[in-house]
Amino acid sequence: MSMIPKTAGAAAVPAGTSRRSRDFHRLSPFWNTIFHLVSGGFALACVFPFLFVVIISLTREQSLLEVGYRIIPDALSLSAYRYIFQTGDQLLQSYLVTITITVLGTLLTVVMTTLYAYALSRKSFKYRGFFSFLAFFTMLFSGGLVPTYIVVTQFLHLKDTLWALILPMAMNAFNILVLRTFFQTMVPDPIIESGKIDGAGEFRALFSLVLPISLPGLATIALFSTLGYWNDWFNALLYIDSNQLVPLQALLMRIQNSMQFIIQNSSLLSSGQSKEMIRSLPQETSRMAMVVLATGPIVLAYPFFQRYFIQGLTIGAVKD
Amino acid sequence: MNRLATAFRDLRRNGAFLLMVLPGAAWFILFCYLPMPGAIFAFKEFRVDLGGGFFGAIFRSEWVGFKNFEFLFKAHDAYIITRNTVLYNLVFIVLGLVCSVAMALLLFQLTQKRLAKLYQTAMFMPYFLSWVIVSYFTFSFLSVDKGVVNQLLGTLGVQPIDWYSDPKYWPYILVFMNLWKGVGYSSVIYLAAIAGIDKTYYEAAMIDGASKWQQTLRITLPLIRPMMIILTILAVGGIFRADFGLFFQIPRDSGALFPVTNVIDTYVYRSLKVLGDFGMSTAAGLYQSVVGLILVLTTNKIVKKINEEQALF
Repeated sequence: MSMIPKTAGAAAVPAGTSRRSRDFHRLSPFWNTIFHLVSGGFALACVFPFLFVVIISLTREQSLLEVGYRIIPDALSLSAYRYIFQTGDQLLQSYLVTITITVLGTLLTVVMTTLYAYALSRKSFKYRGFFSFLAFFTMLFSGGLVPTYIVVTQFLHLKDTLWALILPMAMNAFNILVLRTFFQTMVPDPIIESGKIDGAGEFRALFSLVLPISLPGLATIALFSTLGYWNDWFNALLYIDSNQLVPLQALLMRIQNSMQFIIQNSSLLSSGQSKEMIRSLPQETSRMAMVVLATGPIVLAYPFFQRYFIQGLTIGAVKD
Repeated sequence: MNRLATAFRDLRRNGAFLLMVLPGAAWFILFCYLPMPGAIFAFKEFRVDLGGGFFGAIFRSEWVGFKNFEFLFKAHDAYIITRNTVLYNLVFIVLGLVCSVAMALLLFQLTQKRLAKLYQTAMFMPYFLSWVIVSYFTFSFLSVDKGVVNQLLGTLGVQPIDWYSDPKYWPYILVFMNLWKGVGYSSVIYLAAIAGIDKTYYEAAMIDGASKWQQTLRITLPLIRPMMIILTILAVGGIFRADFGLFFQIPRDSGALFPVTNVIDTYVYRSLKVLGDFGMSTAAGLYQSVVGLILVLTTNKIVKKINEEQALF
């Protein structure tokens, strides 16, 4: 029976005493059901749109034209995926661009952030205050979109290069904050100082003492960065014109914009013209299949990595 | 002489550290600090054809005083984009807080922990998707001819609605989408905080005969209140910054919806890339940065009053 000693209040209701005392730490079946309905319902609402897009991508194009998007399609077909793999040069190119910037960008971010955050985490670094300010002031004030755009295009001349997709996102103060806090809590100063007595320099201390026990922290930064690069379309929107350099998300955005353009201007275009434009775009199901292919890797991978995101977000939210 | 020697010694002693911060510092200077003087374009007639690249443009462009700001504020645009940005953010902050704390409390109570974990994972998913992807999702629901919502309305005998050209629905749609994408992940953060609460509080409360509801009101909420306050105040500090992706991608850049979907960030972007009006675009950006800075400084002061340790600086 229950381990909880019966209180006077519980004793006053003899019938079902044990159930009532259990209620203190267990939800009653009624409320448990309600809670499951609410949270489970919201959970379903969060994944449903993705499942729906998967279903649409597997529907036969003809049935889409006849009855619209259906949760239970009347005719299944893999032709959208077949079409993409046969004719999807642009998609493959965009995949390549996205993978390249994600890998390079994440490496760059992790290396630069680790070095910067480690220096800030060490009390013996004399100019720590100055470099902390240099990083964290950027959280408060920025020159704004236009000056940044002008610097990137007119001064650094990165327009229409792969670097325009990598460099603007390579660092941010938040990552430094997370990693610095992580180093400070995981690796107490005495450990490093003792290592230094044994003759290790700061780089040695970082690589052989600090990094091996800070891998979860690095993983957090790496995953935030991977997600950021994989999902980025904003830099492409600003800096990329060449089709060769369009990442996945920006490709999907472009297709969507052309669709919207045709819909909005259907009265201006002659019917032949708009038909021609529509024909040049992937069909409905193929577009949805591209969404699935662009999202698939993330959806499959994130359940295994989510604890690192939670960790990063909690460290970031509570500072030191 | 002596001072110079000490300075050199200090530099040498910190050589390893300086080498470490060098790449990062260079990045901050190039991508954050170099653009800052560019804010001067808000008071100039920007021209790139004067030679000398970025700096040439800064020094050689003609001063126009506050003309760019005058234009921005006279055109009524400033009012609309400020109103939209601030009001949407306020609603997001209030509803976001209520929904995510409520969801975290709910998940914490569930007796089947495995199912609770599953729900948590599912709710976290929207956080990992870009707004471009999400806008495809919304389109599958709101498309005029093929969308699910219009199909449902059709079976109820209601005329199909042209969602993407009628502004009156969009405040609700945007709020809904913001909550859909954000509540899962912030409730996971709150849940992590709740799970970190010392179990002995609850054991003591159970021995005293406190109900679940009483435990929530008297233990859980007071203990996560500091976190709620800090996160909210920080969000208020950012109230002048809109989520560009939400306001740009979800309404599909539809012009008919601008009165209720245009925010400062989308306005700055469109003035730059669509209209090519560098001056006004910089002016709007500077307006946002300055008011944003004032807001952050003010909220930080308030945080400091409440809890010294939680202040940003």
